[in-house]
Amino acid sequence: MGVLAKAALTDLEDAFAALNDTPSFDWVRPPETGLVMVQGRAGGTGQPFNVGEATVTRCTLRTDSGETGVGYVQGRSKRHAELAALFDALLQSPKLSARLQTDVVERLAGLHERRRAAASRKVKATQVDFFTMVRGEDPKA
Amino acid sequence: MTALQNVGAGFADPVFSAQSVFRLVLDAMAQSGRIAAVPDAASAPAGLDVASTAVALTLFDYETPLWLDPALRGVEAETYLRFHCGCPLVEDTQTAAFGLVTAPRYMPRLGEFSIGSDQYPDTSATLVIQTGGLADEGPIRLTGPGIKDSASVAIDGLPDWFWPDWDVNHGCFPTGIDLIFTSGNRVMCLPRSIKVEV
Repeated sequence: MGVLAKAALTDLEDAFAALNDTPSFDWVRPPETGLVMVQGRAGGTGQPFNVGEATVTRCTLRTDSGETGVGYVQGRSKRHAELAALFDALLQSPKLSARLQTDVVERLAGLHERRRAAASRKVKATQVDFFTMVRGEDPKA
Repeated sequence: MTALQNVGAGFADPVFSAQSVFRLVLDAMAQSGRIAAVPDAASAPAGLDVASTAVALTLFDYETPLWLDPALRGVEAETYLRFHCGCPLVEDTQTAAFGLVTAPRYMPRLGEFSIGSDQYPDTSATLVIQTGGLADEGPIRLTGPGIKDSASVAIDGLPDWFWPDWDVNHGCFPTGIDLIFTSGNRVMCLPRSIKVEV
């Protein structure tokens, strides 16, 4: 689910186009966009606090073979939510599951990882380390 | 996940369907005794009629605690309402903003639901009661605001204590609960301001 939600829409479209037979489906809940409150914890362990609201699009669909797929993606792309839900449903079908797991999920995860690594590299190149003179306010020093 | 596999579809067009059903319920509430028909827009789960489902999808949401008829708990209808309406389910009739009743003969007495307070009469409960049948003509005579002279209706399957309880509820005005009767695709409303003679 996370992989499908984080994948680029173009990559998902490519994967969808690569399917031999495009399944037909009915909406259980048509795509809708809303806000969710994102919570964070200071340092990962502190008290939870509200970071802010994020736009999320969600949908639920049922394929003709009876699998129910759910898509929750960040942003307003209804098509992205639809494709995520569709792949979620297809991944539950016994005959497609193994193939899609390698062809789609692992490939998308790889693409995402590469994109993340490239972005981190770019950021890393401009990283600035701050050095301060110890002035005695750090109790551990 | 297994529960989700059986959830039927909600409104195909959530915004416009909910708006049109809301308008219809509003009109029905303003003109008590008049029976309105809801368009068949959602696939109702087992145990719920088309009208009950449409009213539920329109009115219930995460801010309205729902008291659900024991006949519907733990079955498809409960999953359906949780999924599409996102409403919290409560056991306590006093905290419920809505009640959904499908077996009126065994329902709690009307006085058990919240009637609101004099300061906030709008915080009272609204009951959606799915009945065996609704008819334009019948032994029940309604008078009050929104009705010219009087209206007569028939409602099937209500318990014996129902109309005496309603008199008490009517006497509580401006507090009191409101009722939405459904049957098949038909809806009839009974606000607290209406006097009923049987």
